[in-house]
Amino acid sequence: MEKTEAHWVASMTSIAQHKDQKAFAEVFRHFAPRVKAFLIKSGADYALAEECMQDVMATLWHKAHLYDPSRASVATWIFTIARNRKIDLLRRYARPEPEDLPWGPEDAPDQVDAIALQQESTKLVDAVRKLPQKQRDLIERAYFGDLTHNEIAAETGLPLGTIKSRIRLALERLRHAMN
Amino acid sequence: MPAIRHHVPDDLLMGYAAGVLPQAFDLVVAAHVSLNDDARVRLAGYEELGGAVLSDLGEAELAPDSLEQTLAKISRMQPTERSAPTGGVFPAPLRKMIGGDASAVKWKSIARGTKQAVLCADGDATARLLYIPAGQAMPEHSHRGTEMTLVLQGGYSSEDGHFQRGDLEVAGQQTHHTPIADDDGEDCICLVATDGRLRFDGLLPRIAQVFLRI
Repeated sequence: MEKTEAHWVASMTSIAQHKDQKAFAEVFRHFAPRVKAFLIKSGADYALAEECMQDVMATLWHKAHLYDPSRASVATWIFTIARNRKIDLLRRYARPEPEDLPWGPEDAPDQVDAIALQQESTKLVDAVRKLPQKQRDLIERAYFGDLTHNEIAAETGLPLGTIKSRIRLALERLRHAMN
Repeated sequence: MPAIRHHVPDDLLMGYAAGVLPQAFDLVVAAHVSLNDDARVRLAGYEELGGAVLSDLGEAELAPDSLEQTLAKISRMQPTERSAPTGGVFPAPLRKMIGGDASAVKWKSIARGTKQAVLCADGDATARLLYIPAGQAMPEHSHRGTEMTLVLQGGYSSEDGHFQRGDLEVAGQQTHHTPIADDDGEDCICLVATDGRLRFDGLLPRIAQVFLRI
C-alpha cells in the first residue's frame, strides 16, 4: 500500500533526531529509484545517475534536520536536492540558491501548517495523476528540462490552468505557514 | 505601453524550479527570491509541482549494493549546518558567487562613475553587476533577448516605472529604455542578466557596448 505523506514526514523527523537507519532505508527504497529515474530522464547515463542518486540520498541524511514539513513535501524537498545536484554535475557549476529564511526557536515548524501542506501536496499529486497522459508528459518533460515553458503553456491549455489553481491553493497554505 | 513587471514572471520562476535556466538567470531569480517573499511562495508552488512529478515517476533499477554504498558515502561526508543569515547589501547567492558583499566586487569603470562587474557568462547569457551614481542615467539601449534587472541598492526610474531594492524588471525584445538612478544620495547597484547582445543607441554608447561586451 502507498505510504502517506505523514509517514514520510515522520521518517524524516526520525532520521534527523535519532539518526534512524531503518527509517532511512525505507525512505531510500521508496525515493532512490525515483530520483534515479528522474536523473536518467534528465539525460544522465546509468552510471552517473546511480552516483548522483547516492549523493542526493547521502545529502538527505545530512540535511534531514533542515527539512521543514510546513514548507515542502518530502518528495519536493528531495526533488530540489536532486535538481541542484544534477546541475552541479551535468553543467558543472554550483547552482545559486535563495537565502534561507531567518530562523529562530519561535520559527519551529507549526504542526497545523505542516498538516495543511501535506494535504495540499497530496491533492497536487492527485491532480497531476488525473491529467490526460499527453498533458502529464508535457509537465514531466518541463521538469526534466527538454521543453520550454512557453511550449507547455501553448500545448496544455486548460489542464495547466487546473494545475495552476492547485498551486495557488498550495501557495495560500505556504504563505500562511510563513507568516 | 510595456507591462510593468516588478515581480518575476511565472515562466522564469517555473524554469528556475525545474532547473532549466542558464546560470545567469538562476542567479538573478535566486537573489530576487531571497529579497521577495511573494516570489518565494510562488517558487515553492512550482517546486511542489516538481515534487509531484518525482512522486509519480516510474522506478529505475538500482545497483545491487546501492544502499550500502550510500551509507558508506554518508560516513565520509561532513554534517551540514544551517547557514546563519548575515546582513549586508547582497543576498546570500550573490555573496557566494562573489566571495563577499558589495565591498568585494571587482568593479571596472565604464564612464562618468558608472561601473560594472561581469559575474558569469554561459553561452549568450551573462550576469553582471551595474553601479550607477545617484541621479545618473544609464546609456539608452534596447535588446534582442530578455533582460532581468534586480535592484540591490538605491533605486531607478525608467519608462516602465520606478524600481527599488528587491524589485525585478523584466524587459523583452521590444523594450527601449533609459534608466535613471534615483537622486536621493544613495548610488544604485543592480544585478542584471541578459540572454542576447544589447544594442545601445548612439555612438558613444556603441563604443561602450564593444568595451562592455554586452
